[in-house]
Amino acid sequence: MYRLRTPPWLVLLTPAIVILSTVIVVPLLLSLYSSFTAFQLTRPETITRWIGTFNYQKALGDMNFWWAFGRTVLLLTLALNLEMVCGLGLALLVSKVMRGQRFLRTLMMFPMMFSPILVGFQFKFIFNDNVGLVNNALQSLGLVDTAIPWLVDGQLAFISILIAEMWTSTSVFAILILAGLFAIPQDPLEAARVDGCTPLQTFRYVTLPFLMPFIYIAMAIRSLDVARAYDIVQIMTAGGPARRTELLWTLIGRTGYVDARMGYANAMGYISILLAIFFTVYFFRKLNAARTSLGMGD
Amino acid sequence: MDQGLHHRIRRRLLSAGHLIGLFLAMSFICLPGFWVVLNSFRPTVEIMAKPPVWIPSELNLDNYRAMFGGIGEGGVPVLTYFRNSMIISLTSTVIALLIGMAGGYAFARYRFRGKATIFVMLMVTRAVPGVALSLPLFILFGRMGIIDTHFGMILVYVALNVPFTIWLIDGFFRQVPKELAEAAEIDGCTRWQAFWKVEFPVARAGIASAGIFAFLTSWNEYALASQLTRSVNSKTMPVGLMDFTSQFTLNWGGMCALAVLMIIPAAVLTFLVQKHLIAGLTFGGVKG
Repeated sequence: MYRLRTPPWLVLLTPAIVILSTVIVVPLLLSLYSSFTAFQLTRPETITRWIGTFNYQKALGDMNFWWAFGRTVLLLTLALNLEMVCGLGLALLVSKVMRGQRFLRTLMMFPMMFSPILVGFQFKFIFNDNVGLVNNALQSLGLVDTAIPWLVDGQLAFISILIAEMWTSTSVFAILILAGLFAIPQDPLEAARVDGCTPLQTFRYVTLPFLMPFIYIAMAIRSLDVARAYDIVQIMTAGGPARRTELLWTLIGRTGYVDARMGYANAMGYISILLAIFFTVYFFRKLNAARTSLGMGD
Repeated sequence: MDQGLHHRIRRRLLSAGHLIGLFLAMSFICLPGFWVVLNSFRPTVEIMAKPPVWIPSELNLDNYRAMFGGIGEGGVPVLTYFRNSMIISLTSTVIALLIGMAGGYAFARYRFRGKATIFVMLMVTRAVPGVALSLPLFILFGRMGIIDTHFGMILVYVALNVPFTIWLIDGFFRQVPKELAEAAEIDGCTRWQAFWKVEFPVARAGIASAGIFAFLTSWNEYALASQLTRSVNSKTMPVGLMDFTSQFTLNWGGMCALAVLMIIPAAVLTFLVQKHLIAGLTFGGVKG
């Protein structure tokens, strides 16, 4: 009699593994190979010119690369923490609402419906120093006399990008944390109340530990969601002014497509993928620890 | 008596603070978006006016008329882009959800060697940025002849969404107590039946939210679509947005009109799937 020999988990995972290898692993091998060559987009024959680790050495010695690297880490750290705090606050605010909560939740997800490229255009206009919404409002209210050069000054541009990032993604945190809030079993909460915990204590020792897995899931998803940062930054400042908002991905994109030095771009890309792997593994560890402490792990 | 009054005032203050906080947060979330919607009804001249025009003098449908008006004269084949986006996003979401449910279930319910490693490896594929992926994919798809086709884009978006859906659905299946499915199996269900009758309904909220995320990712993705689509055959709306820009000018009103068209289906779908978010995750099965 025919009997499936392969373990069920492998059968269940096969479709995922197959599609990910074809669409992601194979192209990555191709670009890994090209990172060891002098491949230039405009001259396809250069893909066979093997130059060893030259591209990697060049990237590691390139100050522009390290600035972009540091700035990416800074943006990621700031954005993730601020989004987490705001998302938690928003979820708590919304969960307390009894009537019209469904409407509020849809409203809350409003920014997520915006394409990152659209968010880029939108905030480029909002922060425009001449006709932008922010400067217009500040000037009409008489708070400032001269236009603030939001996207022209390096530091302000970084802050503007951070705000745009937060605007799009805080609701990702909020919606996941909200789902977590609904999943909290009521018994421990009641027990805490009976034992005389203040609402703050209940939140700190019962609610928050239970929410941690959800927070880490959201954190990990967001830290991986670098493509969004690329679209927004590319449209808002394109890495400018004078490279002051250059992130890894805009630097790589420019090197690859504008300068056509694809081999070099891929080498930088690989170094930055290591950064992403670090974040993934870090949050995955955290997630597992949080789960184990709740008895949901394995 | 006095204490009761004190208590009441405190409660009032708290709820007022709650409402104000909620109002501020919601305005921060909604204003930039509503500004786009409003601008889609205003002529570009008025949007760019200096000093600013706060109260629109006239709202009209000119931008929409121009957008649907056809090719040439700044018209963009919007309906074709819309259809492409719809086909690609819906198909890839459904496929990604099915694959994600299988994968998420495997991670939540089975123990096997190298589980943590396989999981992290699946997730790491998500870390690869679209920029780094687009060129090798372009070469590869070119060889396979699936550049500028729906099939190619669906393939890419399924792969983009699978790690993400597995991760979310895994988390939600973990919240379903194992005992629930075991009880169903003792009552004579097969594992398959136990899954569909017991575990799936409880985890439905999680699956619905994974579906929303997957749909929105596909619907809004730009970096890959801009390289892998060439013509009206498969161009999606985010790429179509670029049709409104030229080297020195930008048709902001027209862009806002297309933006509204992009947001409407996303909003409708999100609202429809909303209700699963509460219904599923109440753990009624365990407590009752």
